[in-house]
Amino acid sequence: MSDVGPRRMLPELTDRTRFYWEGGRSGQLLILCCQRCGYYLHPPAPLCPVDHSTELAPERVSGRGRVASFTVDHHRWLPAPEPPYVIALVELAEQEALRLTTNIVGCPPEDVHIGMEVAVTFEHQADSEGRGDVWLPMFRPIGGAAGA
Amino acid sequence: MPDDHIERHCVISGVGQSDVGRRLGRDPRELTLDACLAAAEDAGLTTAQIDGLSTYPGAAVPIPGFSGAGAYEVIDALRLHVDWYDSGLETSGQLGSVMKACLAVGAGMATHVLCFRSVWEGSAQGTGGRASLAGGGGGRAGPPPRASGPNQWTLPYGSASAANWIALYAQAHMHRYGTTPEQLAQIALNGRRNAARNPKAIYRQPMSMEDYFASRIISTPLRLFDCDVPCDGATAVVVSRRERAADLRHPPVRVAAMGAALHDRPSWDQLSDLTRLVGADAAAQMWSRTDLTPADVDLAELYDGFSILTMLWLEALGLCPVGESGRFVEDGSRIALDGELPLNTHGGQLSAGRLHGYGFLHEAVVQLRGDGGERQVAGNPSVAAVAAGGGNTCGCMLLTAGD
Ligand SMILES: [Zn+2]
Repeated sequence: MSDVGPRRMLPELTDRTRFYWEGGRSGQLLILCCQRCGYYLHPPAPLCPVDHSTELAPERVSGRGRVASFTVDHHRWLPAPEPPYVIALVELAEQEALRLTTNIVGCPPEDVHIGMEVAVTFEHQADSEGRGDVWLPMFRPIGGAAGA
Repeated sequence: MPDDHIERHCVISGVGQSDVGRRLGRDPRELTLDACLAAAEDAGLTTAQIDGLSTYPGAAVPIPGFSGAGAYEVIDALRLHVDWYDSGLETSGQLGSVMKACLAVGAGMATHVLCFRSVWEGSAQGTGGRASLAGGGGGRAGPPPRASGPNQWTLPYGSASAANWIALYAQAHMHRYGTTPEQLAQIALNGRRNAARNPKAIYRQPMSMEDYFASRIISTPLRLFDCDVPCDGATAVVVSRRERAADLRHPPVRVAAMGAALHDRPSWDQLSDLTRLVGADAAAQMWSRTDLTPADVDLAELYDGFSILTMLWLEALGLCPVGESGRFVEDGSRIALDGELPLNTHGGQLSAGRLHGYGFLHEAVVQLRGDGGERQVAGNPSVAAVAAGGGNTCGCMLLTAGD
């Protein structure tokens, strides 16, 4: 699954973020969740903003959501991805305004629209420098999306 | 009540600006000092009388060209004896540094505070594009660095520039309110019209709607002409104690109110409402500190790092209803120099160069003094709204002419 050619810039894996970037190994989108009140936190933080609890743990979410906004990038900023590509803010089904920056894949850029129903998919990025493989959560259209 | 607010003890006593150019190839510290000395002279002050200093963002910001000089460099170069000084990036936009100066003056910590913003992004970015790359890797040898901090959530997806992040707001605004690309274009066209009357502007040749639509797409719906132009240049202002204004060279411009509030998440992609600038919190605070209202504003100098930000500031400041900025700027007549709300009268950052917030403040003072020359707004404008920033960092000020 790993790309041949130019590589995406990958995240540094830390104790606080590793679960998010490695969840795709077993096909799971994991979001940090307060064990006391059930609030999901993204990006991960040391405590729950609702009740200040530090009992936080990664929990599997449905991986379903909708496109809150998107843009089709045409300018090359980095060696990868190759323009044009779709950057989106996906709002997960589990909680209002629980949003991830991601890419929409599996359909032509012109088919993407705000409100589009999407589901998670993972792009495996192998690492040969000992800094750890990464599974980037991305999203593809579900349901009646044309061109999916 | 508003007379009790601390900023009412403050005036903008002097403004100064260095040469401005796409790529000047000059030492950015030299440009910074040019602007600082010009501002002090404009205020009628010697450097010995400057007793405070404030700047955004200060030294040691690892973005090429983002900071031309730090506070210490200027204090040392001019051998200033300061009773108060400050710099920093984590503040209410670029104007946060000026608001802090007002707080210091109002609190009696200093009497004349020199404030500056200096950039050399034009030279630093070489012949690359307009929109600047955020964060990024630096020049280390070896395998490509990994992204950490806030960048780790965006760079793997190629969401590398503020152009991407702000395009998401533009798309959301279009979806929710029916704002059109033609309306967005009016911010760029208006800036270019005004820049033709500003000798220091970087792009002064006319731009038509056809020219706008012929510019390449950067990140939909934003085109090249929706993105400001990196440049080299420095701008400085002096904030002085109002009671000392009688000694000064020019009639002072008063600080009627300022807004620094941030009630949303300090984030570019986690805002509660993608169509609302966090500047709306700052604007509400600003209006709560004055008896003036949006109807009193004679001209507006509103940040246009990207065209959509100016539209969002119009709404945030209540200069048009929420969601209506597209229709407000449509056909360009209302925001033109002779319109009911002249906007970005020097050309904005889109055409006059990315002087990063301070260019708007400088222009507001020029207009309120009646020194705009060919681009002077008619009718002796007396109230100017100035706003800077976008994303997670916004601030605004209301300036008035005379006493
Ligand atoms: Zn909680």
